[in-house]
Amino acid sequence: MGAQLRVYKRRIRSVTATKKITKAMEMIAASRVVKAQRKVAASTPYARELTRAVTAVGTGSDTKHPLTTEAENPTRAAVLLLTSDRGLAGAFNSNAIKAAEQLTERLEREGKQVVTYIVGRRGLAHYNFRERDVAESFTGFTDEPSYADAKKVAAPLIEAIRDETADGGVDELHIVYTEFVSMMTQTAVDSRMLPLRLEEVAEESATKGEILPLYDFEPSAEDVLDALLPRYVESRIYNALLQSAASKHAATRRAMKSATDNAGELINTLSRLANAARQAEITQEISEIVGGASALADANAGSDN
Amino acid sequence: MAAELHVALVAADREVWSGEATLVVARTTSGDIGVMPGHQPLLGVLESGPVTIRTSDGGTVVAAVHGGFISFADNKLSLLAEIAELSDEIDVQRVEQDLARAKAEDDTEAQRRADVRLRAATAGR
Repeated sequence: MGAQLRVYKRRIRSVTATKKITKAMEMIAASRVVKAQRKVAASTPYARELTRAVTAVGTGSDTKHPLTTEAENPTRAAVLLLTSDRGLAGAFNSNAIKAAEQLTERLEREGKQVVTYIVGRRGLAHYNFRERDVAESFTGFTDEPSYADAKKVAAPLIEAIRDETADGGVDELHIVYTEFVSMMTQTAVDSRMLPLRLEEVAEESATKGEILPLYDFEPSAEDVLDALLPRYVESRIYNALLQSAASKHAATRRAMKSATDNAGELINTLSRLANAARQAEITQEISEIVGGASALADANAGSDN
Repeated sequence: MAAELHVALVAADREVWSGEATLVVARTTSGDIGVMPGHQPLLGVLESGPVTIRTSDGGTVVAAVHGGFISFADNKLSLLAEIAELSDEIDVQRVEQDLARAKAEDDTEAQRRADVRLRAATAGR
Protein backbone atom coordinates (compact mmCIF):
# COMPACT_ATOMS: atom_id res chain seq x y z
CA MET A 1 0.00 0.00 0.00
CA GLY A 2 1.29 3.43 -0.89
CA ALA A 3 2.19 5.97 1.76
CA GLN A 4 -0.57 8.36 0.73
CA LEU A 5 -3.27 5.73 0.73
CA ARG A 6 -2.16 4.61 4.17
CA VAL A 7 -2.48 8.17 5.51
CA TYR A 8 -6.02 8.45 4.14
CA LYS A 9 -7.04 5.10 5.56
CA ARG A 10 -5.75 6.12 8.98
CA ARG A 11 -7.69 9.38 8.91
CA ILE A 12 -10.88 7.61 7.87
CA ARG A 13 -10.50 5.25 10.79
CA SER A 14 -10.03 8.07 13.27
CA VAL A 15 -12.95 10.11 11.91
CA THR A 16 -15.19 7.03 12.06
CA ALA A 17 -14.32 6.57 15.71
CA THR A 18 -15.12 10.24 16.41
CA LYS A 19 -18.39 9.91 14.55
CA LYS A 20 -19.44 7.02 16.74
CA ILE A 21 -18.73 9.09 19.85
CA THR A 22 -20.61 12.17 18.65
CA LYS A 23 -23.53 10.01 17.57
CA ALA A 24 -23.72 8.49 21.05
CA MET A 25 -23.54 11.92 22.65
CA GLU A 26 -26.29 13.15 20.37
CA MET A 27 -28.58 10.34 21.45
CA ILE A 28 -27.80 10.82 25.13
CA ALA A 29 -28.54 14.54 24.84
CA ALA A 30 -31.80 13.82 23.01
CA SER A 31 -33.04 11.61 25.82
CA ARG A 32 -31.96 14.18 28.41
CA VAL A 33 -33.88 16.96 26.67
CA VAL A 34 -37.06 14.95 27.02
CA LYS A 35 -36.34 14.33 30.68
CA ALA A 36 -35.56 18.00 31.32
CA GLN A 37 -38.73 19.06 29.50
CA ARG A 38 -40.73 16.73 31.68
CA LYS A 39 -39.22 18.34 34.76
CA VAL A 40 -40.14 21.80 33.45
CA ALA A 41 -43.71 20.59 32.97
CA ALA A 42 -43.80 19.01 36.44
CA SER A 43 -42.74 22.27 38.07
CA THR A 44 -45.42 24.32 36.30
CA PRO A 45 -48.35 23.70 38.68
CA TYR A 46 -46.36 25.01 41.63
CA ALA A 47 -45.13 28.05 39.71
CA ARG A 48 -48.64 28.77 38.42
CA GLU A 49 -50.27 28.57 41.84
CA LEU A 50 -47.50 30.65 43.37
CA THR A 51 -47.88 33.33 40.72
CA ARG A 52 -51.60 33.36 41.36
CA ALA A 53 -51.04 33.79 45.06
CA VAL A 54 -48.53 36.60 44.54
CA THR A 55 -50.97 38.32 42.23
CA ALA A 56 -53.73 37.88 44.76
CA VAL A 57 -51.74 39.50 47.55
CA GLY A 58 -50.40 42.17 45.25
CA THR A 59 -53.80 43.23 43.97
CA GLY A 60 -55.85 42.36 47.03
CA SER A 61 -53.92 44.49 49.47
CA ASP A 62 -51.89 47.66 49.36
CA THR A 63 -49.03 46.17 51.31
CA LYS A 64 -45.60 47.64 50.83
CA HIS A 65 -42.71 45.25 50.84
CA PRO A 66 -38.97 45.75 50.20
CA LEU A 67 -39.13 43.19 47.43
CA THR A 68 -41.86 45.02 45.54
CA THR A 69 -40.88 48.65 46.05
CA GLU A 70 -38.42 50.20 43.68
CA ALA A 71 -35.51 52.10 45.15
CA GLU A 72 -35.70 55.76 44.25
CA ASN A 73 -32.14 55.84 43.14
CA PRO A 74 -30.88 52.35 42.35
CA THR A 75 -27.10 52.19 42.53
CA ARG A 76 -26.31 48.48 42.71
CA ALA A 77 -27.73 45.62 40.72
CA ALA A 78 -27.13 41.89 40.96
CA VAL A 79 -26.96 39.82 37.79
CA LEU A 80 -27.44 36.07 38.01
CA LEU A 81 -26.02 34.29 34.98
CA LEU A 82 -27.01 30.70 34.28
CA THR A 83 -24.54 28.69 32.21
CA SER A 84 -23.71 25.00 32.13
CA ASP A 85 -20.97 22.99 33.76
CA ARG A 86 -19.99 21.23 30.59
CA GLY A 87 -19.33 22.47 27.10
CA LEU A 88 -19.84 20.74 23.75
CA ALA A 89 -23.08 22.63 23.36
CA GLY A 90 -22.32 24.90 20.44
CA ALA A 91 -22.90 28.57 21.19
CA PHE A 92 -25.08 27.87 24.24
CA ASN A 93 -22.74 29.25 26.89
CA SER A 94 -21.26 32.04 24.82
CA ASN A 95 -24.75 33.29 23.97
CA ALA A 96 -25.74 33.41 27.63
CA ILE A 97 -22.46 35.12 28.55
CA LYS A 98 -22.91 37.62 25.73
CA ALA A 99 -26.43 38.43 26.93
CA ALA A 100 -25.10 38.93 30.46
CA GLU A 101 -22.37 41.22 29.20
CA GLN A 102 -24.83 43.33 27.25
CA LEU A 103 -27.06 43.60 30.31
CA THR A 104 -24.09 44.52 32.49
CA GLU A 105 -23.08 47.21 30.03
CA ARG A 106 -26.60 48.61 29.96
CA LEU A 107 -26.87 48.67 33.74
CA GLU A 108 -23.50 50.35 34.04
CA ARG A 109 -24.58 52.98 31.52
CA GLU A 110 -27.53 53.65 33.80
CA GLY A 111 -25.03 54.30 36.56
CA LYS A 112 -25.50 51.08 38.49
CA GLN A 113 -22.74 49.01 39.93
CA VAL A 114 -23.11 45.40 38.85
CA VAL A 115 -22.54 42.42 41.14
CA THR A 116 -22.32 39.13 39.28
CA TYR A 117 -23.50 35.74 40.50
CA ILE A 118 -22.79 32.75 38.30
CA VAL A 119 -24.19 29.25 37.96
CA GLY A 120 -22.15 26.76 35.95
CA ARG A 121 -18.44 26.13 35.50
CA ARG A 122 -18.35 27.52 31.96
CA GLY A 123 -19.51 30.99 32.91
CA LEU A 124 -17.28 30.98 35.96
CA ALA A 125 -14.24 30.01 33.89
CA HIS A 126 -15.04 32.82 31.44
CA TYR A 127 -15.17 35.41 34.23
CA ASN A 128 -12.17 34.05 36.10
CA PHE A 129 -10.04 34.05 32.97
CA ARG A 130 -10.81 37.72 32.46
CA GLU A 131 -10.19 38.33 36.16
CA ARG A 132 -13.59 39.84 36.73
CA ASP A 133 -15.18 39.84 40.15
CA VAL A 134 -17.77 37.20 40.84
CA ALA A 135 -19.74 37.66 44.05
CA GLU A 136 -20.72 34.02 44.33
CA SER A 137 -20.78 30.99 42.08
CA PHE A 138 -22.55 27.66 42.09
CA THR A 139 -21.45 24.62 40.13
CA GLY A 140 -22.09 20.92 39.84
CA PHE A 141 -25.83 20.65 39.30
CA THR A 142 -26.63 22.31 35.97
CA ASP A 143 -27.41 19.04 34.18
CA GLU A 144 -30.20 18.11 36.55
CA PRO A 145 -31.03 20.94 38.92
CA SER A 146 -33.20 20.14 41.94
CA TYR A 147 -35.36 22.50 43.94
CA ALA A 148 -32.79 22.42 46.74
CA ASP A 149 -30.21 23.77 44.27
CA ALA A 150 -32.53 26.61 43.34
CA LYS A 151 -32.94 27.43 47.04
CA LYS A 152 -29.18 27.45 47.47
CA VAL A 153 -28.78 29.88 44.57
CA ALA A 154 -31.66 32.09 45.69
CA ALA A 155 -30.60 32.44 49.34
CA PRO A 156 -27.65 34.85 48.91
CA LEU A 157 -29.58 36.83 46.31
CA ILE A 158 -32.58 37.36 48.55
CA GLU A 159 -30.25 38.29 51.37
CA ALA A 160 -28.43 40.79 49.16
CA ILE A 161 -31.65 42.49 48.12
CA ARG A 162 -32.86 42.67 51.71
CA ASP A 163 -29.64 44.33 52.86
CA GLU A 164 -29.26 48.08 52.64
CA THR A 165 -27.35 49.14 49.56
CA ALA A 166 -24.77 50.89 51.69
CA ASP A 167 -24.01 47.60 53.51
CA GLY A 168 -23.26 45.72 50.34
CA GLY A 169 -26.84 44.97 49.39
CA VAL A 170 -28.35 45.45 45.98
CA ASP A 171 -31.39 47.34 44.68
CA GLU A 172 -32.22 45.17 41.72
CA LEU A 173 -31.94 41.56 40.72
CA HIS A 174 -31.62 40.49 37.12
CA ILE A 175 -31.41 36.98 35.75
CA VAL A 176 -29.87 35.84 32.47
CA TYR A 177 -30.79 32.37 31.30
CA THR A 178 -31.49 30.45 28.13
CA GLU A 179 -35.15 30.10 27.42
CA PHE A 180 -36.24 26.79 25.94
CA VAL A 181 -38.53 27.81 23.09
CA SER A 182 -38.46 24.55 21.16
CA MET A 183 -36.15 21.70 20.32
CA MET A 184 -34.56 23.86 17.64
CA THR A 185 -34.73 27.31 19.23
CA GLN A 186 -33.27 28.42 22.51
CA THR A 187 -32.74 32.07 23.20
CA ALA A 188 -30.66 33.75 25.86
CA VAL A 189 -32.91 36.19 27.68
CA ASP A 190 -32.50 38.60 30.56
CA SER A 191 -35.26 39.71 32.85
CA ARG A 192 -35.60 41.74 35.99
CA MET A 193 -36.76 39.55 38.81
CA LEU A 194 -36.77 42.05 41.66
CA PRO A 195 -38.17 44.45 42.59
CA LEU A 196 -41.28 42.75 41.43
CA ARG A 197 -43.68 44.54 39.15
CA LEU A 198 -46.96 43.17 40.36
CA GLU A 199 -48.82 44.36 37.28
CA GLU A 200 -46.44 42.36 35.12
CA VAL A 201 -46.89 39.27 37.24
CA ALA A 202 -50.63 39.62 36.93
CA GLU A 203 -50.30 39.88 33.18
CA GLU A 204 -48.01 36.88 32.98
CA SER A 205 -50.25 34.64 35.02
CA ALA A 206 -53.23 33.12 33.31
CA THR A 207 -55.58 35.04 35.55
CA LYS A 208 -56.05 37.74 32.93
CA GLY A 209 -59.56 39.09 32.92
CA GLU A 210 -60.44 36.96 35.88
CA ILE A 211 -61.53 38.90 38.93
CA LEU A 212 -59.59 37.76 41.94
CA PRO A 213 -61.62 37.33 45.10
CA LEU A 214 -60.90 39.29 48.24
CA TYR A 215 -58.74 37.00 50.27
CA ASP A 216 -58.59 36.57 53.98
CA PHE A 217 -54.93 36.60 54.91
CA GLU A 218 -53.65 34.29 57.54
CA PRO A 219 -51.93 35.60 59.71
CA SER A 220 -51.72 38.96 57.84
CA ALA A 221 -51.12 40.28 54.35
CA GLU A 222 -47.61 41.45 55.26
CA ASP A 223 -46.64 38.09 56.69
CA VAL A 224 -48.04 36.23 53.74
CA LEU A 225 -46.20 38.46 51.31
CA ASP A 226 -43.08 38.13 53.41
CA ALA A 227 -43.21 34.36 53.13
CA LEU A 228 -44.47 34.31 49.58
CA LEU A 229 -41.92 36.47 47.77
CA PRO A 230 -38.77 34.51 48.59
CA ARG A 231 -40.61 31.35 47.49
CA TYR A 232 -41.64 33.12 44.32
CA VAL A 233 -38.03 34.08 43.58
CA GLU A 234 -36.90 30.51 44.29
CA SER A 235 -39.51 29.11 42.00
CA ARG A 236 -38.54 31.54 39.24
CA ILE A 237 -34.89 30.59 39.62
CA TYR A 238 -35.84 26.90 39.67
CA ASN A 239 -37.79 27.34 36.47
CA ALA A 240 -34.89 29.22 34.86
CA LEU A 241 -32.46 26.49 35.93
CA LEU A 242 -34.69 23.80 34.43
CA GLN A 243 -35.16 25.69 31.18
CA SER A 244 -31.45 26.34 31.02
CA ALA A 245 -30.74 22.64 31.51
CA ALA A 246 -33.23 21.67 28.80
CA SER A 247 -31.74 24.27 26.46
CA LYS A 248 -28.24 23.02 27.16
CA HIS A 249 -29.18 19.46 26.27
CA ALA A 250 -30.97 20.62 23.15
CA ALA A 251 -27.93 22.67 22.14
CA THR A 252 -25.67 19.69 22.79
CA ARG A 253 -27.90 17.50 20.71
CA ARG A 254 -27.77 19.95 17.83
CA ALA A 255 -24.02 20.47 18.09
CA MET A 256 -23.42 16.73 18.21
CA LYS A 257 -25.77 16.14 15.31
CA SER A 258 -23.86 18.57 13.11
CA ALA A 259 -20.58 17.05 14.32
CA THR A 260 -21.86 13.62 13.29
CA ASP A 261 -23.00 14.99 9.94
CA ASN A 262 -19.66 16.68 9.39
CA ALA A 263 -17.81 13.51 10.29
CA GLY A 264 -19.91 11.60 7.73
CA GLU A 265 -19.11 14.17 5.10
CA LEU A 266 -15.43 14.06 5.97
CA ILE A 267 -15.44 10.29 5.70
CA ASN A 268 -17.01 10.56 2.24
CA THR A 269 -14.43 13.08 1.06
CA LEU A 270 -11.60 11.08 2.51
CA SER A 271 -12.84 7.84 0.92
CA ARG A 272 -12.97 9.58 -2.45
CA LEU A 273 -9.43 10.84 -1.97
CA ALA A 274 -8.34 7.40 -0.83
CA ASN A 275 -9.97 5.84 -3.91
CA ALA A 276 -8.22 8.34 -6.16
CA ALA A 277 -4.92 7.62 -4.42
CA ARG A 278 -5.44 3.88 -4.83
CA GLN A 279 -6.36 4.35 -8.47
CA ALA A 280 -3.30 6.55 -9.03
CA GLU A 281 -1.17 3.90 -7.41
CA ILE A 282 -2.56 1.18 -9.67
CA THR A 283 -2.15 3.37 -12.73
CA GLN A 284 1.39 4.05 -11.76
CA GLU A 285 2.09 0.37 -11.20
CA ILE A 286 0.61 -0.53 -14.59
CA SER A 287 2.57 2.16 -16.34
CA GLU A 288 5.67 0.98 -14.54
CA ILE A 289 5.06 -2.61 -15.69
CA VAL A 290 4.24 -1.53 -19.21
CA GLY A 291 7.27 0.75 -19.23
CA GLY A 292 9.46 -2.01 -17.82
CA ALA A 293 8.10 -4.57 -20.28
CA SER A 294 8.62 -2.33 -23.25
CA ALA A 295 12.13 -1.44 -22.09
CA LEU A 296 12.81 -5.16 -21.77
CA ALA A 297 11.29 -5.79 -25.19
CA ASP A 298 13.40 -2.98 -26.65
CA ALA A 299 16.52 -4.44 -25.04
CA ASN A 300 15.66 -7.94 -26.28
CA ALA A 301 14.94 -6.62 -29.76
CA GLY A 302 18.35 -4.93 -29.68
CA SER A 303 20.19 -8.06 -28.61
CA ASP A 304 18.43 -10.17 -31.25
CA ASN A 305 20.04 -8.20 -33.98
CA MET B 1 -74.84 15.38 47.36
CA ALA B 2 -72.57 16.96 49.85
CA ALA B 3 -70.72 20.02 48.69
CA GLU B 4 -67.19 19.37 47.54
CA LEU B 5 -64.06 21.34 47.01
CA HIS B 6 -61.29 20.65 44.58
CA VAL B 7 -57.93 20.15 46.23
CA ALA B 8 -54.53 20.29 44.58
CA LEU B 9 -51.50 19.49 46.69
CA VAL B 10 -48.44 20.58 44.76
CA ALA B 11 -44.79 20.36 45.68
CA ALA B 12 -42.11 22.40 43.95
CA ASP B 13 -41.27 19.69 41.48
CA ARG B 14 -44.49 17.71 41.07
CA GLU B 15 -48.20 17.53 41.75
CA VAL B 16 -48.53 15.28 44.78
CA TRP B 17 -52.26 14.77 44.99
CA SER B 18 -55.40 16.26 43.51
CA GLY B 19 -59.03 15.43 43.78
CA GLU B 20 -62.33 16.24 45.42
CA ALA B 21 -62.65 16.61 49.17
CA THR B 22 -65.14 17.62 51.81
CA LEU B 23 -62.73 18.89 54.44
CA VAL B 24 -59.10 19.90 54.58
CA VAL B 25 -57.25 20.50 57.81
CA ALA B 26 -53.88 22.21 57.68
CA ARG B 27 -51.60 23.95 60.12
CA THR B 28 -50.95 27.63 59.48
CA THR B 29 -48.61 29.84 61.44
CA SER B 30 -51.54 31.01 63.53
CA GLY B 31 -52.96 27.58 64.25
CA ASP B 32 -54.80 24.69 62.68
CA ILE B 33 -57.39 25.64 60.12
CA GLY B 34 -60.15 23.55 58.65
CA VAL B 35 -61.52 24.43 55.24
CA MET B 36 -64.88 23.18 54.05
CA PRO B 37 -66.68 23.94 50.79
CA GLY B 38 -67.84 27.53 50.58
CA HIS B 39 -65.17 28.87 52.87
CA GLN B 40 -64.22 32.51 52.51
CA PRO B 41 -61.28 33.11 50.11
CA LEU B 42 -58.17 32.48 52.13
CA LEU B 43 -54.44 32.76 51.74
CA GLY B 44 -52.28 31.53 54.57
CA VAL B 45 -48.74 30.53 55.42
CA LEU B 46 -48.35 26.87 56.36
CA GLU B 47 -46.22 25.49 59.13
CA SER B 48 -44.44 22.18 58.88
CA GLY B 49 -47.09 19.69 59.80
CA PRO B 50 -49.46 17.03 58.62
CA VAL B 51 -52.28 18.00 56.29
CA THR B 52 -55.44 15.94 56.45
CA ILE B 53 -57.75 15.75 53.47
CA ARG B 54 -61.14 14.03 53.80
CA THR B 55 -61.94 12.91 50.31
CA SER B 56 -65.51 12.94 49.04
CA ASP B 57 -65.61 9.12 48.89
CA GLY B 58 -65.06 8.94 52.64
CA GLY B 59 -61.35 8.23 52.61
CA THR B 60 -58.63 10.19 54.27
CA VAL B 61 -55.41 11.39 52.72
CA VAL B 62 -52.65 12.54 55.03
CA ALA B 63 -49.55 14.28 53.80
CA ALA B 64 -46.48 15.71 55.51
CA VAL B 65 -45.94 19.26 54.32
CA HIS B 66 -42.84 21.33 55.01
CA GLY B 67 -43.42 25.03 54.65
CA GLY B 68 -45.67 26.52 52.03
CA PHE B 69 -49.03 28.13 51.50
CA ILE B 70 -52.68 27.39 51.50
CA SER B 71 -54.92 29.28 49.17
CA PHE B 72 -58.63 28.86 48.74
CA ALA B 73 -61.02 30.56 46.34
CA ASP B 74 -63.99 29.50 44.22
CA ASN B 75 -64.14 26.13 45.95
CA LYS B 76 -60.63 25.41 44.74
CA LEU B 77 -58.01 24.81 47.35
CA SER B 78 -54.32 24.74 46.58
CA LEU B 79 -51.72 23.60 49.01
CA LEU B 80 -48.30 24.73 47.88
CA ALA B 81 -45.33 23.20 49.57
CA GLU B 82 -41.66 23.03 48.85
CA ILE B 83 -41.66 19.46 50.02
CA ALA B 84 -44.79 17.35 50.40
CA GLU B 85 -45.14 13.62 50.86
CA LEU B 86 -48.20 11.47 51.12
CA SER B 87 -48.35 9.29 54.20
CA ASP B 88 -48.07 6.07 52.19
CA GLU B 89 -44.98 7.38 50.42
CA ILE B 90 -43.16 7.84 53.67
CA ASP B 91 -40.72 5.12 54.60
CA VAL B 92 -41.30 4.87 58.35
CA GLN B 93 -38.08 2.99 59.03
CA ARG B 94 -36.00 5.60 57.28
CA VAL B 95 -37.77 8.44 59.05
CA GLU B 96 -37.13 6.74 62.40
CA GLN B 97 -33.47 6.50 61.50
CA ASP B 98 -33.48 10.16 60.48
CA LEU B 99 -35.17 11.07 63.74
CA ALA B 100 -32.61 9.15 65.77
CA ARG B 101 -29.78 10.75 63.86
CA ALA B 102 -31.26 14.22 64.22
CA LYS B 103 -31.63 13.67 67.96
CA ALA B 104 -28.05 12.47 68.22
CA GLU B 105 -26.79 15.45 66.28
CA ASP B 106 -29.08 17.83 68.14
CA ASP B 107 -30.42 19.18 64.84
CA THR B 108 -33.78 20.59 65.89
CA GLU B 109 -34.77 21.46 62.33
CA ALA B 110 -34.21 17.92 61.04
CA GLN B 111 -35.80 16.51 64.18
CA ARG B 112 -38.95 18.52 63.62
CA ARG B 113 -39.09 17.51 59.96
CA ALA B 114 -38.72 13.83 60.80
CA ASP B 115 -41.31 14.18 63.55
CA VAL B 116 -43.85 15.68 61.16
CA ARG B 117 -43.30 12.93 58.64
CA LEU B 118 -43.60 10.27 61.27
CA ARG B 119 -46.83 11.73 62.59
CA ALA B 120 -48.26 11.96 59.10
CA ALA B 121 -47.25 8.40 58.34
CA THR B 122 -48.87 7.02 61.46
CA ALA B 123 -52.00 9.15 61.07
CA GLY B 124 -52.51 7.90 57.53
CA ARG B 125 -52.53 4.26 58.57
